[in-house]
Amino acid sequence: MSSPVMDFDEALAAYDPVLGLEVHVELNTASKMFCGCSTAFGAEPNTHTCPVCLGLPGSLPVVNAKAIESAIRIGLALNCTIAGWCRFARKNYFYPDMTKDFQISQYDEPIAFDGYVDLDVDGETFRIEIERAHMEEDAGKLLHLGGSTGRIGDAEYSLLDYNRAGTPLIEIVTKTIHGTGAKAPQVAKAYVSFLRDLMVSLGVSDARMEQASLRCDANVSIMPKGTTTLGLRTETKNVNSLRSVERALHHEIRRQAAVLSSGGSVQQETRHWHEDGEYTTPGRLKSDAEDYRYFPEPDLVPVAPSREWVEELRATLPELPNLRKVRLQGDWGFTDLELQDVVNAGALDVIEATVAAGASPQAARKWWLTELARRANEAGVELAELAITPAQVAQVQGLVDAGTVNDKLARQVIEGVLAGEGSPAEVVVARNLAVVSDSGELAAAVDRAIAANPDAAARIRDGHVQAAGALIGAVMKEMRGQADAAAVRELVLAKLA
Amino acid sequence: MLTPVDGARSRAVNEELTLALTPADVARLGELARVRLTEEELVHLAPQLDVILASVARVTEVAGADVPPTSHALPLTNVFRDDVVTESLPAEAVLAGAPSVEDGRFRVPRILTEDA
Ligand SMILES: [Zn+2]
Repeated sequence: MSSPVMDFDEALAAYDPVLGLEVHVELNTASKMFCGCSTAFGAEPNTHTCPVCLGLPGSLPVVNAKAIESAIRIGLALNCTIAGWCRFARKNYFYPDMTKDFQISQYDEPIAFDGYVDLDVDGETFRIEIERAHMEEDAGKLLHLGGSTGRIGDAEYSLLDYNRAGTPLIEIVTKTIHGTGAKAPQVAKAYVSFLRDLMVSLGVSDARMEQASLRCDANVSIMPKGTTTLGLRTETKNVNSLRSVERALHHEIRRQAAVLSSGGSVQQETRHWHEDGEYTTPGRLKSDAEDYRYFPEPDLVPVAPSREWVEELRATLPELPNLRKVRLQGDWGFTDLELQDVVNAGALDVIEATVAAGASPQAARKWWLTELARRANEAGVELAELAITPAQVAQVQGLVDAGTVNDKLARQVIEGVLAGEGSPAEVVVARNLAVVSDSGELAAAVDRAIAANPDAAARIRDGHVQAAGALIGAVMKEMRGQADAAAVRELVLAKLA
Repeated sequence: MLTPVDGARSRAVNEELTLALTPADVARLGELARVRLTEEELVHLAPQLDVILASVARVTEVAGADVPPTSHALPLTNVFRDDVVTESLPAEAVLAGAPSVEDGRFRVPRILTEDA
């Protein structure tokens, strides 16, 4: 099934990859793009349908204002120009995922166009130019049955659920991306990852690749080095995770290099990514046969967002995720690696809130990425879902800074808070966790340890300070860990000086 | 990826009326519309469709350079609805007209092309 491939480094020595990425984002509006049917995921099949999204004769679509608003905000966040006037168009095709035999989309008048995003990949900045972001409706869902693979090729028949048909989509299309070289797969992954974060921070989509609310079609072609003629491209579909974006392009570059270097030619076609085996197989040939006969949708009047509305929406844009990372890294003084760990752990928000509540950035990072990450992992929840607030984490660190508890005791405080025993201060009292600061009590414990370990005491008197460890351990054990080890050490050495 | 609008249509709308629709054009339109046409039908239909296109295209003779192409008869823009969920049809009603149903879904015959 899988085709021959060339070694990646060898392929990159001979060819330059050229990318083009199309990302579909399902908007999280409550109702569909052109009708009031719910967009909720997971309903019984065909229960969220009506004459409009079923394309029944005589029905009339009406545009969802929230979808337009989201489209404009996405366009603005991608530094696009927002069209002053644009139309919807019918994209005509025969495929049962739409009952109308056309999809309402936008053709040569997208709502947003000519934008860009700057991505940082391993310390190198790449500008990805955005050709357009346009609105369209999603199609229904097909189940292919009767075959052995569940794939369309050998299915005997297909079943259709139109609940998803008419869900608002934004399709974001890049211009061709040159000059990424060996980083092409990484750049593509970084771009899709950026879009995912952006959609979440804009609050316009769940942007979950595994639920297909964010989907990526990756176009790639390769040019022999030193030439300027674009090669024929393939479009890889079924790329359902960030990792797959990177792996699929990695594979496709290697496959195309093997085809070209053996004297063959790359077919312009759709290819399907197979996650399990990490290879692509050919789908439909892209040729002139494809003619969607676009024409302006006569049932929908043009969309003409006023400049005032666009500026109002611009004012609602949150700080963009990539800029926020740069700002926080500067504020916190984290290394690239430290910041990357924080981002990967999804801990930016909680650490920012913990720092805002008074903890130092390093202390906040330490708690969220170690003890709390471990507990979230055990419970199978996100950090933010743990039963401890960033303010409480800051309070725990406050107790450590004040010498009330040591790190080990602090972990018990966190355990208590997570168990619902109250605030950190309340847990300290309830569990009797405070470090013993009564010097009399501590001194008595040290005396008892010296008496119980005469050999170690003698060696310390002879100048072997490393022997103090045994006495400190004995004291800490007697104090059930509730003592400041450094203070105990000082006391032991002073008594045996 | 976008593809150009159908050649025959844009040609008829945008250019002179002297361009005749050929049987090959009609065959292509038939393919796109999934209508199978015999050679005789193509030859028979081409001049007829040509007459229709030419008649429609006469509008361009009337419209001066100051009249922009029009896609909508209504002088309206921004007709929107609020993002509010309304009641959908009951599934039984939705499926009532389907030629074939299985598990609450429309059942359709085998689709040959590999595309999803
Ligand atoms: Zn509907």
